[in-house]
This record gives sequence, C-alpha cells and structure tokens, in this order.
Amino acid sequence: MIKNISNLGDAALYCDFGTEVNKQINSEVIKYFNNIREKNIDGINNLTPSYNKLIISFDLKITNFKKIKKIIESISINETQKFNNKKLEIPVCCDATFSLDIERLEKKLNFDREHILEVFFNKEFFCYMTGFIAGMPFLGDLEEKMRAQRLETPRVKVPKGSIGLTEQFANIYTFESPGGWNIIGNTPLDVFDSTKEKEPNLINPGDIVKFKRINMEEYKDFNG
Amino acid sequence: MDKNYFEIKRAGINTTFQDKGRDNLYHIGIPFSGAMDNRNFLLANKLVDNKENLPVIEFAYQGPLIKFNGDKITIAITGDVIFKLIKKDKETYGKCYETYQLEDGDEIDILSTNKSVYGYLAISGEFDLKFQWGSCSINTKANIGSNNGNKLTDGQKINICKINSNQRNKKVNYLNSKIENIRVIKGTNFDYFSEKGKKNFFGKQFIVSKLSDRMGMRLEGPKIENIVNTNIKSEGLLKGVVQVPADGNPIIMLSDHGTIGGYPKIGVVASVDYDRLVQISPGTKIKFKEINLSDAETLFKLYEMETQNLISQI
Repeated sequence: MIKNISNLGDAALYCDFGTEVNKQINSEVIKYFNNIREKNIDGINNLTPSYNKLIISFDLKITNFKKIKKIIESISINETQKFNNKKLEIPVCCDATFSLDIERLEKKLNFDREHILEVFFNKEFFCYMTGFIAGMPFLGDLEEKMRAQRLETPRVKVPKGSIGLTEQFANIYTFESPGGWNIIGNTPLDVFDSTKEKEPNLINPGDIVKFKRINMEEYKDFNG
Repeated sequence: MDKNYFEIKRAGINTTFQDKGRDNLYHIGIPFSGAMDNRNFLLANKLVDNKENLPVIEFAYQGPLIKFNGDKITIAITGDVIFKLIKKDKETYGKCYETYQLEDGDEIDILSTNKSVYGYLAISGEFDLKFQWGSCSINTKANIGSNNGNKLTDGQKINICKINSNQRNKKVNYLNSKIENIRVIKGTNFDYFSEKGKKNFFGKQFIVSKLSDRMGMRLEGPKIENIVNTNIKSEGLLKGVVQVPADGNPIIMLSDHGTIGGYPKIGVVASVDYDRLVQISPGTKIKFKEINLSDAETLFKLYEMETQNLISQI
C-alpha cells in the first residue's frame, strides 16, 4: 500500500511505498502503476514506477496536486490481485569477447567463472523496473554472495546487448551507453526495438526473466 | 526530388527539431524531451500561423546558416537571437518576433543567441520529418526522434513537405525577461543535507557550469553537505529536479534527462521558472529561493495566462 503521498515539485505526486527493496513492495508499486495507467486519468502525462516509489507527473495547465492526490487516494487495489506478467527467455553468450568483467568478479566474489555463470543461468529474475536508458530492465535478486559493486571507473562505452551485474541486480544495456556494471555476457536479442511504435520494450516491470546460455556459433546465427 | 527545401550550410552547435515532446514513456526509460523554452516555441509557431505544436528548429548559442530553395515561405525566429537575412542584393539584420519572407536562394544566418541559450525557427508550413512515439523531438543522447536522433549536420538537406497558402506578416512585442533567482520547492530528500548545506542551497550563489546541455544543468558553488546518505534507491526523475551527488555540486534535470536516478533530491524548480531557467548561459551566477506549492501553482497560472495573452495578440 502507499504509505505516504507528497508533492515532488508542483507538477508531480511522489507515492512512497516504503524503503525496502523487495518483490512484495515492488509488486504493489506495479499494481498501482498498471491500474492508474488503465484509467487514463485526465492531466496525468507520465508514471514512473521504481523499486518502492511511484512518481505520477501531470500537466499543471490541466490539473493540480490536490486533484490528482484525491483520485489516487480513492483507488483501491485488491491485495491479492495478480498482474499479467510474462515469462521470457533471453539468450546470452559468455564468450571471452563479451564477458568483459568476469575476471574482476572472480576476484571480488572469490568464485571461479563457471560457478558464477552457473548460479546466474539457474536463476529466475524478476523485473523491478525499466529505465535510466530506454528499455533497460533492472532484474533481481542475486543472492548475497553473488553481489559486487560497480566498477571503480565506469566504462565510457558499454556495448549494446551487454549483460551487467551490480549488487543484487542484473541488467541489459539496450543501447551502447556509458556504464559501470560488471559485464558477463551479451545477448543477440533486441531487448528494445526503437522502430516499434507500440511496446518497444520486450521486458516490462513484473515480468520473469530467465537467461539461456548460448555459444558463439548460436550467437552469430541468431539474427540470420 | 522535393521542390522546397532548406540546405544547411552550417549546422551550428546544437541544432535539432523539437516539438511539444513525448509523454507517457518515462516508465520505459524515455524522457519528455521537446522544446526547452516552451513559451518561445509556441510563439514561433503562432507567428507563422501554424498549429501550436508543429516541429520547429531549435538551436543553442550559435545557430545554423540556412539556404532556402523553393516557393515563397514565411519564417519567424524567437528567443534573444542575432540573425541576418541574406537576399540576392542585400544583407540585413532581422528582428525576433517578426515574420520575414524567404524566396528561392535566400539565406538566414543565425549568428548567435544573445546572453541566452536557446532560440527557435519556425516556417509557415511543415518539415518532412519522421515521428517517433508521437513526437519528432530529437534526443541526441538516446538517438531518439527525427533525423535518426542526431543533431543537424553541415551540408544536410531538409525537405519541406507543406507550405501554408495564407502567409501574412505578423509580429508581437515581447522581451525575454531574465531571472537570477530560481524558485524551488523543497525536494523529497531535503533533510538529507546539513543545516549549513540547506542554508548554502537557499542563499548562496551558484555558477552555471559549461557542462550543461539538454540533459542537465550542472552548478558550481559552495558544497552542499549530505549527512544521511549520498545515494538513494533509484527512483523516477522529472525535469526541474535538483539532485546533489556525493561531490556536493547540484545538478538540475532538464528536458532530455535520464528517467531514473539515485542521488538525493534537494528540490524541484517551480514550473513557472523553467522556460527562463533553461535560457541561463554558462558562467552566470544564480540563486535559489524557496517557494511553497500553492504559491508555485498560482505563479504558474499567471505565467500561463501571460503566454496565452501573448499568443492571442498575434
């Protein structure tokens, strides 16, 4: 449930669901996000769900904080309601040309690469949110012993399709972009397709993601 | 081959197409974008008798040198901009907020913005542009929008697919006002900062850094000391949000900002001041003044009425 609603500036509501990062709180955020989105409330021009917050921005020419707050407070979300999440399989190649930071992880985590990859590929990930750069999914949770910090100096360019790990999360670089996550592999799949007018992102908040290991040949063959 | 087109002889520093921007995409990581200075964007379109949200050319600091080829067309430039019209027989300086006719072979040389950042060029017609998610606004960092998400380049050709048949000369009296005091509503992490840090934020001068662009405005000044945590769990951002990273230097999110971030939010710039905030050029000294929500709402209403009033005068 929303613990507190405050204003973020004069054109947004800041809905606080708690301070923890866990699936339960995040699922509540996503339920609200889906529900408010379907309602198409006049004046709301953006919703940003994250781990434990939902930011609702609106057009100050049309509405204001008080009005939107009242609408949001009147929404009742069924606690047991499930959301429509997809299960997705993402192919990943961990060839040495792609796994840029696997040696760093071996040292930081004190495991050999095969163990790290085995844990990674056996896991079902939960998509907490997408964003930062277009379509980038934040996928959790890695267990305690698999958690490493960001690189001390971020890369200027992380290749498109890179799979990165940081703390309890895995992510996918949907574009070539600067970044500091520990890169362990690369997917040939277009996780974000900017040519699509509708639903350009493959992975949405609440979806379940499993990674499937492929070799270099399969990687090269993937896109014909 | 299109009959009417612009030839970009010099692209300028950061010349893009912008319209009202794209909404309802924050949740997948796509920012609003759109014209930085909304009032000047609307005025440019109104002067050339366009619908108010048609794409225009936005430029920063030094604008483009453009050659027009085709039938007669009307243009208007808004902002605080120095530009020349180059016709076959003469060169004259033009005035902002007035329309001019271009004929085949005429050129517009947008020399610079005057102690401001952004200016707008609208044409009485429509550029032939590809829209992406309901907007042609170019976000060069994410390669989103028309022109493959890139800024305009030297030598490029821009086709004009439609010219309005009804072209009349119009003008409006308007002077861009400047602000040094930016009104800010306290942010959700205001209490992350020390008493001294809060006092420094609301009271001391900050200098706009050269490292400012359509994504954000970086500031230099007294460090704002964090006493709780220099990171928060990543959450949504908005244009106008002032984040303070560990180094203590505030950054104001602007129209092309990343959609989520993990630095504490000390404040949010009031909507009434956004158009004038983006026009503040690097090296300028600014101060933040606290404002409450209800005053910010009232002032925005007045600002919006003033904008509508200007539009109705055209």
